Amino acid sequence: MIPAADQVEMYRLMLLIRRLEERVAEMYSEQRIGGFTHLYIGQEAVAVGAITALNHDDPVIDTYRDHGHFLARGGDPRRFMAELFGKATGICRGKGGSMHLADVERYFYGGTGIVGGSIPIAVGLALACQYRGDDRIVVCFFGDGATNQGVWHEALNFAKLWSLPVIFICENNFYGIGTDVRLSSSLSEVHKKASGYGMPGFRVDGMDVLAVRQLCEEVVKTVRGGAGPVLIEAVCYRYQGHSMTDPGRYRARAEEELWRKRDPIPRLAKSLVGDAITTDERLHEIEREIEAATEDAVAFAESSPDPSPESLYEDVHSERHPGDPHA
Amino acid sequence: MREIRYFEALNEALAEEMRRDPDVFLMGEDIGLFGGTFRVTEHLLAEFGAKRVRDTPIAEAGIVGLAIGAAMGGLRPVPELMTMNFAIVAMDQIINHAAKLRYMFGGQLRLPITLRAAGGGGTQKGAQHSHSIESWFVNSPGIRVVIPSTPSDAKGLLKTSIRSDDVVLFIEHEMLYSTKGAVPDGEHLVPLGVADVKRRGSDVTIVAWSKMVHEALRAADALAVEGIEAEVLDPRTLDPFDWEALHESVARTRRCVVAEEGWRTVGVGAEIAARLQERFFYELDAPVQRVGAVDVPTPYAKGLEQAALPHADDIVRAVLKITT
Repeated sequence: MIPAADQVEMYRLMLLIRRLEERVAEMYSEQRIGGFTHLYIGQEAVAVGAITALNHDDPVIDTYRDHGHFLARGGDPRRFMAELFGKATGICRGKGGSMHLADVERYFYGGTGIVGGSIPIAVGLALACQYRGDDRIVVCFFGDGATNQGVWHEALNFAKLWSLPVIFICENNFYGIGTDVRLSSSLSEVHKKASGYGMPGFRVDGMDVLAVRQLCEEVVKTVRGGAGPVLIEAVCYRYQGHSMTDPGRYRARAEEELWRKRDPIPRLAKSLVGDAITTDERLHEIEREIEAATEDAVAFAESSPDPSPESLYEDVHSERHPGDPHA
Repeated sequence: MREIRYFEALNEALAEEMRRDPDVFLMGEDIGLFGGTFRVTEHLLAEFGAKRVRDTPIAEAGIVGLAIGAAMGGLRPVPELMTMNFAIVAMDQIINHAAKLRYMFGGQLRLPITLRAAGGGGTQKGAQHSHSIESWFVNSPGIRVVIPSTPSDAKGLLKTSIRSDDVVLFIEHEMLYSTKGAVPDGEHLVPLGVADVKRRGSDVTIVAWSKMVHEALRAADALAVEGIEAEVLDPRTLDPFDWEALHESVARTRRCVVAEEGWRTVGVGAEIAARLQERFFYELDAPVQRVGAVDVPTPYAKGLEQAALPHADDIVRAVLKITT
């Protein structure tokens, strides 16, 4: 049984991600956010269910659809919004943007814009944990599209070969941009791919945050105990297009509506109130707090300074040499 | 001073840095039991064990990715990619990840990675195993490029690279591994970004690195017979590049030839020539000359291969063109 306080916190995190991203979509339409922006709306249960099952110092690494994981990890909404606005106060000083949120203080090693690119890096983080002999474990998020990339296979082979403490979480939302998983993968039930590496593979309803959390708690225990890597496939759905510029013509409206009926946020709200874990009143209060936090994040981002011209030359290397570009 | 071979100097550097820092570890194909395809990691498995000398699958992108993650996790990985040809397999991890993550994350990370690989041709291994592609990496900000020509530089630069908190691509040369040279006893460090004058001269500056330093020295001997004193300047690291040393030398000699084993077109020599004309257009006595490989894939047949790769006589011809 997941503690009541944890369940309420999971509700808060999912709603925070949802509301912040709704504002991100507005800000993108107003051209205050540029570049690529991939919304996580619909998939919140996966990030929240998995990340809340971890210790605070377990490394987490991600793909480009990274807003949800960053926030579920406890990332600051202000510095999140400021990064998307390209401001100096952004979590990456305005150098990364939507796809490259990282918060190393929170052991969140960020998003990569290359499909599958962070998966071998996750395995390296797990190698560092094993090398140092600490009991930390690594969680790596990616989409179904990444499981057809070469490095995915290399990484799973390494992880199992060296029995490394890493949980691979595939968020199967059925589409790699606009291509159906059945058209791109020899095994569309991604968890079955684990057997090719002799590791356990599980499938979970990624629209049910309690189910995700439950499974992750069990898996975290075995991986922390030294049982080696595990693959989890969380079946979920993104309500929006692949990115803000995707009108989503490749899928049927009826399909989208069907998944919206399974929305993880009202689903959890219903059980929280129905099982008397909390009250409707408390949930409304959380909603108001999140609305205020969202407005505050936007105001902070708007009022923050642009990055300084000198910062262009900073952060390339930790040691600078005379021949390097400078202001 | 004692004389040791290039591969032995590299081996000493690895062993010394591993003794000094328990976070330094090696990973790569055939580096453990086999001892490294170029013997660079010989005997290290016996001394440091399989935890720190890790034989890997043949999975170059994976090797680099794991090194990045291990560095994020606080370790100091020294992955080996066997040869630069296989670095091509790992380009996404090297360029899109290792070279970019620190910048993209606003400086939140340190990535102390020294990626070793052997470059170069000249041993009839054909087009896929003869690459001198250092220019690709110099063209990509975020990664240091170190390319030593002598056992002494190899040892001192490898030790410095391993201690550096940044991503370093450390390019060795297949034909240099068995060459001998004097290496100082005891602690020997060579800083990054400091060129070395391998021969003093007043009539022309020959800029060369890796194996081409030796071709340049042979060329300088031949030119001396003709009464031309060539200075051979070895930058030793291409990123950072010691522009100051180059400027100082060319300001004296007023003539320059750049000699590289890589292809001439858009090579490192092109950048050096461009920068020199920007700065010294009116001081130069002649146009900067470039010596490099012929722009064809490297062929197998010995005669053809030698015709494709640059040699001392090509350098001599280039110098004579601007000195007589």
